[in-house]
Amino acid sequence: MARSMNKTGDQNVEGSQVALRDRLAYRLIVIGLLFLAVVGAFFYGNAVGTIKIPFNRILEVLFFDDGSMERLTIWNIRFPRMILGGLVGMNLAIAGALLQGVMSNPLADPSIIGISSGAGLFGIFILVIMPQHMALVPIFAFVGAMSAAIIIYILAWKGGIQPTRIILAGVAVSALFSAGISGMLVFYSDRVHGALTFMNGSLSARSWGEVFTILPYSVIGLLLSLMSSTHMNILILGDDVARGLGLEVEKTRMFCTALAALLAASAVSVVGLLGFVGLIVPHSIRLLIGNDYRFMIPASALLGAALVMLSDTFARTVFSPTEIPVGIVMAVLGAPFFLYLLRR
Amino acid sequence: MDQPILTVHHLSVAFRDRRILHDINLAFEKGKVYAIIGPNGCGKTSLMRTLSRNLKPSAGEVKLRGKNIFRLNTKYVARHIAILSQFNYTMSDVNVRTLVQYGRFAHRKWWSGNSAEDEEKVDWALTTTGMQDLANRKLANLSGGERQRAWIAMSIAQDPEILLLDEPTTFLDISHQLEIMELVTKLNREQGITIVMVLHDINHAARYSDELIVLHDQSVFRRGNPWEILESNVLEDVFRVQADISIDKELGTPIFYAKKVVKS
Repeated sequence: MARSMNKTGDQNVEGSQVALRDRLAYRLIVIGLLFLAVVGAFFYGNAVGTIKIPFNRILEVLFFDDGSMERLTIWNIRFPRMILGGLVGMNLAIAGALLQGVMSNPLADPSIIGISSGAGLFGIFILVIMPQHMALVPIFAFVGAMSAAIIIYILAWKGGIQPTRIILAGVAVSALFSAGISGMLVFYSDRVHGALTFMNGSLSARSWGEVFTILPYSVIGLLLSLMSSTHMNILILGDDVARGLGLEVEKTRMFCTALAALLAASAVSVVGLLGFVGLIVPHSIRLLIGNDYRFMIPASALLGAALVMLSDTFARTVFSPTEIPVGIVMAVLGAPFFLYLLRR
Repeated sequence: MDQPILTVHHLSVAFRDRRILHDINLAFEKGKVYAIIGPNGCGKTSLMRTLSRNLKPSAGEVKLRGKNIFRLNTKYVARHIAILSQFNYTMSDVNVRTLVQYGRFAHRKWWSGNSAEDEEKVDWALTTTGMQDLANRKLANLSGGERQRAWIAMSIAQDPEILLLDEPTTFLDISHQLEIMELVTKLNREQGITIVMVLHDINHAARYSDELIVLHDQSVFRRGNPWEILESNVLEDVFRVQADISIDKELGTPIFYAKKVVKS
């Protein structure tokens, strides 16, 4: 049973001709277009809402504090929220791309295999027990995410990584940690406000504080994952082959898992359990440009950012004045996509 | 005579209380071709996986020029020993040229791209294996024989002294089997690469190798040149078959024809 993540559609391509998805120029154009999508999503998100702001005004009030209502709306509410959405989307997308590689399973996504719920459980624990130490949340969330990943490995390891066992173990771990989260939210409902939005993932009322919480993790995570991309390319050839080529398989797997856990945990710390981004985005990118991690990581980062920014804008405006959590929008997009992948 | 480059000392591998390999001692000399044969479950693949650091020994050592391969820097080992595994399923949708470039991984620093030397080696590997016209094809779209040649191209781009091959011909039809065996022979003759391969086909082993290593019951049962092994009753005992031995008139190598199973 040859396990190929991509059903390649270029069976008839002559050997002498480089398949479209392998061409450097094509890949760079896709990445360029994704970048434009992020910029577009950013301006669109800043423009729409209860107060409509024309595009030219957005730039004006971004750079000049003229004390106007538009300036206040953009600077204090929409701008940080869009940035935060972008960072969260980027983190989750990269985390998903890395996890799918290290767990050699196309369905690995931080929210499906319990890494996000591990982060959530530990994060909420801090919020409940020591609410004065908010700054510790991402660190504890990382510990939770890492524990979840390690438990999954221990449960699923049988002389190597086995894709089906990974998913089954992940779903079990996810259920366990989610139960823990629900329990906490029930018993301490007075201390954790916005339980519903946490469980679904929401960017509502987030501002600069959250941006600065996640920013360092995003920057470090992005740089380290870009630097790991060649190692990831070797790792997905399979453990035996990778070792033969001179890759330290265990170290690489541990490092990239930790990196994914860090990225997912920092996202969970600021928006709660936002699902499906890490699943949808890397897969769409694979379909577009193939799974060379040197291109997949930056492309996933951009698409993740654009997707969450747009979904959040949608969540904020479509039932205005009622805001729905962005996680609900993601689930509506993600669940059918997940089923599509399963049936493929 | 040269010092052997790869040696195996009292090697045992166990999984829980099941013994997988027991007290194996071997020495591989530079430039020779070795074939490991034996019945199913005798430990052939486990031996290959240990030689390629994919199984940890529970006792004993594997040494590359006197140094334990499990202690050496893994990239250093990869510059000397390349392995073609039996099962190469990958979720990568890589094309052949990129795959062969991965063979240069151990020769690069992690931040540097392909050097001119790397590209030269990659082109050489593609030409040697006859894959230059298929270089831009996806691995998934190749036939079994082509795919095997692509993996061999990757292995030799590593520029190894020793090439380990675990049943390189098992899933191929007869002409592709010979194609792979001839390629391996060419690599040995022209590049002086030491070949250690697990083979199912005793006649291929007899025809293409300098020395046969017969594994039986997780240990080395006998080793020797093809005539020594085939003329004794070793294989008939190990595989429990009755066989005729004849001679290949052109090459002078022995031919093994198994006639029937010996009932125990």
